[in-house]
Amino acid sequence: MLQFIAKRLGLALLVALTVSIISFSLLFLSGDPAAALAGETATDQDVEAIRKLYGFDRPMLVQYWDWLSGAMTGDLGESYYFKLPVAGLIADRLQITMLLGVCGITFALLTAVPLGVVAAIRPNSVIDRLALFLSVAGQAMPSFWFGLILIVVFSIKLGWLPPSGTTTWAHFIMPTIVLGYYAMPAIMRLTRAGMLEVLSSDYIRTARAKGAPEATVLFKHALRNAIIPVVSLAAVQMGFMLGGSIVVESIFALHGAGYLAWESIARNDLPTVQALILVFSLFYIVFTFLSDVLNAWLDPRMRAG
Amino acid sequence: MIKVKLGLTVAAICAATATWAGKADDTLKAAFTKELENVDSYFNSSREGVVLQRAIWDGLIYRDPATNEYKGNLATDWTWIDDTTLELKLREGVTFHNGEPFNADDVVYTVNFVADEANGVKTQRNVNWMKSAEKVDDYTVRILLKEPFPAAIEFLSGPVSMYPDEYYAEAGPTGMGLKPVGTGPYKVTEVVPGQHFVLEKNENYHDSPKGQPEIGKIDIRTIPDVNTQIAELFNGSLDLIWQTPADQAEKLAAMDQFTVANESTMRIGYLTLDAAGRTGADNPFTKLKVRQAVAHAIDREALVSALLKGKSQVISTACFPSQFGCAQDVTSYEYDPEKAKALLAEAGYPDGFETDYYAYRDREYAEAISSFLNAVGIKTNFNMLQYSALRELRMKEGSPVSFQTWGSYSINDTSAITSQFFKFGSLDDSRDQEIKDWLDVADSSTDPAEREEYYRKALQKIADQAYWVPMFSYNTNYVFTKEVAYTPTPDEVLRFTTMRWN
Repeated sequence: MLQFIAKRLGLALLVALTVSIISFSLLFLSGDPAAALAGETATDQDVEAIRKLYGFDRPMLVQYWDWLSGAMTGDLGESYYFKLPVAGLIADRLQITMLLGVCGITFALLTAVPLGVVAAIRPNSVIDRLALFLSVAGQAMPSFWFGLILIVVFSIKLGWLPPSGTTTWAHFIMPTIVLGYYAMPAIMRLTRAGMLEVLSSDYIRTARAKGAPEATVLFKHALRNAIIPVVSLAAVQMGFMLGGSIVVESIFALHGAGYLAWESIARNDLPTVQALILVFSLFYIVFTFLSDVLNAWLDPRMRAG
Repeated sequence: MIKVKLGLTVAAICAATATWAGKADDTLKAAFTKELENVDSYFNSSREGVVLQRAIWDGLIYRDPATNEYKGNLATDWTWIDDTTLELKLREGVTFHNGEPFNADDVVYTVNFVADEANGVKTQRNVNWMKSAEKVDDYTVRILLKEPFPAAIEFLSGPVSMYPDEYYAEAGPTGMGLKPVGTGPYKVTEVVPGQHFVLEKNENYHDSPKGQPEIGKIDIRTIPDVNTQIAELFNGSLDLIWQTPADQAEKLAAMDQFTVANESTMRIGYLTLDAAGRTGADNPFTKLKVRQAVAHAIDREALVSALLKGKSQVISTACFPSQFGCAQDVTSYEYDPEKAKALLAEAGYPDGFETDYYAYRDREYAEAISSFLNAVGIKTNFNMLQYSALRELRMKEGSPVSFQTWGSYSINDTSAITSQFFKFGSLDDSRDQEIKDWLDVADSSTDPAEREEYYRKALQKIADQAYWVPMFSYNTNYVFTKEVAYTPTPDEVLRFTTMRWN
């Protein structure tokens, strides 16, 4: 098992590095980093000075190797834009994004799974239709729009919640709902579909025929099997929430890692972008790995594989 | 745009429940849209950085934004010893926020630090005209220039801030960015990079022409989304926002709770045309009549009244009107699409032609320009690029036609714009030797009349040859609650010193 884990981790690291090499090349294709750093008001002289200062005149491979060897020793370099160590910058921003991501996925799971289960138990009922409506609305509604509506209702009209910032826990309520609601529909539909399929299978009929209590049938036999694909999906959604919460972070002025990534790409802040890509890749890989382990625990047949 | 209108409309309906704050705790809460890179004014190039620079630090000289008159700030008097030596008498009794006294050593240290290219000051143009500084006595310094540079006073009254020598030697740009120390009207008490800045009134501020600060505390947060800024304004968590888009500002102005002030900026928008044939000798824009046709094809009045609004104005010269040397008596091209078509036919393009057309910001303006060009037969392949990508393209290969803007770093001198782009730099699309020669004279002469004469010659030829099609000046909307009194200035510098509570 240990050998298996080590192999998986090695492979994962290789994936992260590949992603980082590709993204490094693509970033250079997106425009002259010296011009981007120098800003709109810069003269040719400014651009040239920055090109020399940051070593953009060196071959790309050399630049990449410098970054990689630094990263191996934990030195992620200094942000060109903020003039601060990237590691500290990302650590600060990641705290917010992690908190938001964990809250978002928890909100999504806590609403989607029970709703999916109930909808599957009572297909075509009012609850099923309500779940379907919420799911369609969640998929159709853009995050920025939903966020704005929440701000208007809860910040301006009712005055209950602050519209933006990170000072208190209350600042995270609306962003959590917006982010969680974005992930909820897929999880809900997958739970419902999985439960419907499992509930019509032979072993559930057998369990019911043997007189097993309904709660045992539903939660021990059915849900345990139906939830397996949901675990994988939740892992992917969690990864997405970390890297892709740009809109939510922007609307609620949360200054998290997602927004930092977006802005850093626009500014050609290469050390920050590189480090964020590596961190996000690692998160994806870790979540996928954890979901595999969880699935193996839920379904012993998977352990053999 | 839809989301903007939606947010604004719903917010307006709910406005009756809004509560106000700010004056009660003497804290003005403002928002920046953009994350500021580093508060150290020599290591950022953004407008937000300029705003903080004017609040935290002082320059040796001050230009009154209303009258454009130069007044002493940290210097009380200045004299040109010769074309490249400026002697300044310094103000006595000034202290930095950390208690360090201000004297000649600070000026010498600051100038020598920023003038050294190796120290990597971000906007080299702001400082690279200085060679070094020398101390004459404790309150007299000499700034030595590399060559005659008549705009020196303008630069000294703008981006060149004075830093405390002992503190800066120890803290450097990173330390200064996190704990800025200046002599300015406001001192910094908190910096969370990119997110949050708190300024407090400098109770010991010297008798500066900037005026004494009145508001006790300024709390600036970075809120990227304009809708959220407006929500915060309605919620009472913000007192002031700025750079608000025209359509939103119009609606906010209709409400009783807010004051919307509009003021022009020094930024102008223009089309640059490849007259030098950098994208190919057969490029249509190498022909004068084609360039003139472009100038006649665009209804600039319509652009200003429909899109830019406010105090924007149509511009005919390759500079901003208030800038020294920005001659206005140049050829102007009225909107006349028929004339444009006729000129194209005369140039050998009776059916028009197809061309690549680029822009990097203000998509709606760029698209409107594109539709005017299409209407006379110049079919544009519109490409919206990141600034860096477009700049690289223009530096390496040039572009047939592109929509550009330039803000002159709020420097009120024509050298900050015309001389940037018509002296054979990599972004010079005209490469006209005569214009370069005239600009060289204007940029280095110490005789104001001669400077004006040569800028005029250059600007007239630029207009005659339609090397650029200057379009319009930009404007900025400032929105604040009725508790705040503020009159913005045309240089787009948010001045906390001149803000008052009503």
